[in-house]
Amino acid sequence: MKWIWERARTILSVNFATMVEYRVELLFWMLATSLPLIMMGLWILAVRRGEFSMDETEVARYFLAAFLVRQFSIVWVIYEFEWYVVQGRLSPFLLQPLDPVWRFLGAHLSEQVARAPFVALMVVLFIVMYPASLSVSIDQPDLWWLPSWRAVLGAIVAIYAAFLTRFALQYTMAMASFWIEKPTSLENFLYIPYVYLSGIIAPLDLYPDAVRQIAIWTPFPYVVWFPATVLVEQNTIPFAQGVAVLLGWTLLFVVLNRFFWRVGLRRYSAMGA
Amino acid sequence: MASIEVRELSKTYRVARKEPGLLGTLRHFFRRSYSDIQAVKGISFTIEPGEVVGFLGPNGAGKTTALKMLTGLIHPSSGTVRVAGYTPFDRSAAFLQQITLVMGQKQQLIWDLPALDSMRINAAVYRIDRSEFQARLEELSSMLGVADHLRQPVRKLSLGERMKVELMAALLHRPSILFLDEPTLGLDVNAQSAVREFLRQYNARYNATILLTSHYMADITALCRRVLVIHHGKLMYDGKLDHLVERFAPYREVTLELNQGVSEEVLSQYGEIESVEGCEVRLIVRRENLTPTVVRLLRDLDVQDLTVAEPPIEPIIGRLFEQGIES
Repeated sequence: MKWIWERARTILSVNFATMVEYRVELLFWMLATSLPLIMMGLWILAVRRGEFSMDETEVARYFLAAFLVRQFSIVWVIYEFEWYVVQGRLSPFLLQPLDPVWRFLGAHLSEQVARAPFVALMVVLFIVMYPASLSVSIDQPDLWWLPSWRAVLGAIVAIYAAFLTRFALQYTMAMASFWIEKPTSLENFLYIPYVYLSGIIAPLDLYPDAVRQIAIWTPFPYVVWFPATVLVEQNTIPFAQGVAVLLGWTLLFVVLNRFFWRVGLRRYSAMGA
Repeated sequence: MASIEVRELSKTYRVARKEPGLLGTLRHFFRRSYSDIQAVKGISFTIEPGEVVGFLGPNGAGKTTALKMLTGLIHPSSGTVRVAGYTPFDRSAAFLQQITLVMGQKQQLIWDLPALDSMRINAAVYRIDRSEFQARLEELSSMLGVADHLRQPVRKLSLGERMKVELMAALLHRPSILFLDEPTLGLDVNAQSAVREFLRQYNARYNATILLTSHYMADITALCRRVLVIHHGKLMYDGKLDHLVERFAPYREVTLELNQGVSEEVLSQYGEIESVEGCEVRLIVRRENLTPTVVRLLRDLDVQDLTVAEPPIEPIIGRLFEQGIES
């Protein structure tokens, strides 16, 4: 147990130091994932113009929550893994008594810590631009709304369950590096349903029923929409059910991942490592 | 128990073949053709604990493939390998604790951070506790003379400094079997010599087994008494370096300083002329003719100085690779 902690602490702290080296890049990466903020502006305009089941405050609050969820569930492991395999840099990791997945996971968690100050800055900026997001409702602009501690705790659990699902999914797709040169093309392909079904461009409540019914059979709504609605206390999926679904998907991807890791490694070593 | 035991080890790669041009690309898309490349062909050898063995061969001979099979990175097509009593490809934690592979052209250190951070990660991975980590850090950094460079970002280090800290990171867990693939590649003469001296000390202090490939013969002559020569995937020679020289270069280099010039026609009666620069002459003389030839030279010519030396090993090995060896 002591060694697990020691390894985790060291991997996290050294990766954090690496991420701090990329502080300028971090700012750009974060801005590149600000789609929910852009979409929020568009949807608020739509709310002002016509009939809508959510008011301006709810829309602003949802997209702020979606932005926060994305910031702490960003996964890029497929790009890194592809590079390691193509460059032959996976080999040194294979000669150490630690599965490389822990290094990749550590890098992601450390990056989140390094990203946090920039996220806080963006949230402040967001509230200055859209003060309505922190009002109880559009009719009561002076009454402040803050999520309850239960909502915050629930959202943290949901966000990290979502992060694990996305990580397990992407790391499983990354195993394709052992067979094809550009497994990132798979990620690019999956990015389309992710964008449309996850709740980044609109809360799923606004989707037609048929689309929503299909969407909830995929992992996508659970990785953004579900944690965001937990944070703003508007979740239509019960908390325990949502987390269980995320963990179920994670388990499935982990099983697939371990299978493809073993088969892929054998192929990697057969081809020349 | 031997450190390394290799029996009839072979590796065949399947490589896709593609003709150049659009037609070749289309054919390649619809129907791929492959050919088999036999990188290593049935090699066998045993290395005892504490031995330092040179692994020689021209580019593409199969050295790196063999090293990768010995470390478990590549699965052999046939044959068996035991390293420290383990089958490398099982990659058991106990096996990985005992070995290291250093590849001169590849690095494991984190580029943007000081080397010390990479060492900390390695200490955690290999379960080295803090006090032991400090002790090993001090020991290795003083042996390599890099204590001042551990806190600089790796990208700011010179090639020689980087190689030394790479070695440090690779040896932090104190492996008993070292696989070194071109560890002095691209280093200047001083750095090469420092790395060699370090490896000699490490071998003496920990009785470590070292299998070393290098294109610099100075590495081999300084460290290895035994060499394995591999060519076209086959093991062509396994034995002492001295014997290799005797067997494949049965001649000596005789250098003369003459008091007056002598024609090449006369000199050629004593041996093969290597060079003539004024009154300094170099002759190549077969070993069995050495004594009578030296006697004749001293008797017939006005010799101021005469020295006999072994020929440099580099051309011998070069010639050996060019011509191949009958084992």
